[in-house]
Amino acid sequence: MEAHAQSSPVAPRAGIRLPGFGAGLGRGTVVLYLSLIVLLPLAALVSQSFEGGLSTFWTQVTSPPAVRSLELTVICSLIVVVINAFFGTIIAWLLVRDQFPGKSAVNAVIDLPFALPTIVASLILIELYGAHSPFGINIALTRAAVVVALLFVTLPFVVRAVQPLLIEMDREMEEAAASLGAGGFTIFRRIIFPNLLPGLAAGVALAFARALGEYGSVLLFAGGLPNTQVSSVFIRQQIESGNETGAAAVSVVLLLAALAMLFLITLIQRWSSRHERSPGAGAGAGLTVMPMSGESYTEKEDDDEVR
Amino acid sequence: MRSASSRRSRWGLRTLGLGYLALLLLAPLVLIFYKTFEHGLAPPLDAITSPNGLHALKLSLLMVAIAVPLNTIFGIGCALLLVRHRWKGNAVIDAVINLPFAISPVVIGLSLFLLYGTKGWLGPDLAEAGIEILFSVPGMVLASIFVSVPFVVRETVPVLQEIGTEQEQAASTLGANAWQTFWRVTLPAIRWGVAYGVVLTTARVLGEFGAVSIVSGSRSGETETLPLFVQKAFDNFEFAGAYGASVLLALLALTTLLAMNVLKRKEDA
Repeated sequence: MEAHAQSSPVAPRAGIRLPGFGAGLGRGTVVLYLSLIVLLPLAALVSQSFEGGLSTFWTQVTSPPAVRSLELTVICSLIVVVINAFFGTIIAWLLVRDQFPGKSAVNAVIDLPFALPTIVASLILIELYGAHSPFGINIALTRAAVVVALLFVTLPFVVRAVQPLLIEMDREMEEAAASLGAGGFTIFRRIIFPNLLPGLAAGVALAFARALGEYGSVLLFAGGLPNTQVSSVFIRQQIESGNETGAAAVSVVLLLAALAMLFLITLIQRWSSRHERSPGAGAGAGLTVMPMSGESYTEKEDDDEVR
Repeated sequence: MRSASSRRSRWGLRTLGLGYLALLLLAPLVLIFYKTFEHGLAPPLDAITSPNGLHALKLSLLMVAIAVPLNTIFGIGCALLLVRHRWKGNAVIDAVINLPFAISPVVIGLSLFLLYGTKGWLGPDLAEAGIEILFSVPGMVLASIFVSVPFVVRETVPVLQEIGTEQEQAASTLGANAWQTFWRVTLPAIRWGVAYGVVLTTARVLGEFGAVSIVSGSRSGETETLPLFVQKAFDNFEFAGAYGASVLLALLALTTLLAMNVLKRKEDA
């Protein structure tokens, strides 16, 4: 921001320059690509949502079916992230600290919901928890189906966000706490949980963002009944019935929620990396979007962390 | 400290965690294969090799053939810019790249629908020029590219940060030009990260449903990819087709998982 940013027009520090063309041209291409592919369509969406002015936008967003779908979406997403925060932490714990046969297979299959097309997930969930359920559980076309579908698609987020932090975490603190007489739950609450918090928070935020917008997996399993209609399904139905402005208005609400989640994740990252910067931590950590660096006590062994 | 209670809590955690996974992940996977081949190999195979099934498969592969190379080239270039060239706008680029992760596929589909529709900003002019985007293949390609923009960038950036610039500087000191440095030094160093991103991109493009379904119009044998084929078959009670195509997609997903694991190991090595 200050003068030194401009004082070196050709930065001497860099290694490779973009091959074949200058950074300026490269930048132009990147900006153009993103504008055409991502930003222009979104601008068209926002413009359409305000076509009838602010009052029309507001009428559309606050119409009873729109509100009902938004409420259902938010409540189901909240339930889902709470459940997956709990089970995700347990699963991450088992994968890092426990030893059991088939562990690497379990570790690999965690990403299945990322890899499996959502419409296939929906179809499978109908078979499993629908009218012909082998377990005798029929929740198809209910709100419970929305929750189960969202649990499925968001499962990997918390696991993959917590896992690297658990790997990095030093056992010494826990051993010290145990030797001072702390019980298992106290150790978890006072030592493990605070260390996992940044990853957990980021994982939850990602899962929440995903749950808010999920479409394919809820479509067949939960259907589009008035009481099982999440916002994305509602938007689809508005498009089909020709109410493009209404569809766009609810879409803008979802878009804002997505932006808020991304912003939150950035904040969480800043907050956690301010504690300690461990270079290279979390490279290739799967889909956990951004590598998280938690408190790492493994890097330097000096025990200056008194408190 | 191996007390009975700690062993009990360990087994408790195992039961909870693995039981949850079994109900949510394993049971579905087993069941879909069982359901598909319940009446033998013929019904699902016939459904997939029907003209509409084959066309859907071809169209899905076409999406991959266009979207994946484009997003790979873009991804590598963009990652190089973000990591190696400091610029005020980088934070904005970075934020925009994450958008497709967080936005609902339906919202993405609707955005394209509105932009290229009959009343959209670009639709009328393009239609006049004889270019059809909406309810045809180009629109579906655009949707596929949109949803899969982030993967290669996100996987390449951390690897680029990790390898640093020493080897690149050495290469250019020894007289290599920018292209040579890129092909002989940078690309080999980041290849597994890029490959990982390519695998994720491919999986996302193959499986994308929401965004593509809105812009495609889902005409069988014309604008139907495999996931759209699954939905239509299910809606028409053609379960052999729905399951057959689902198993095909599930197999591709399992291949993806396998590739991810192999690549992750290479990356760590």
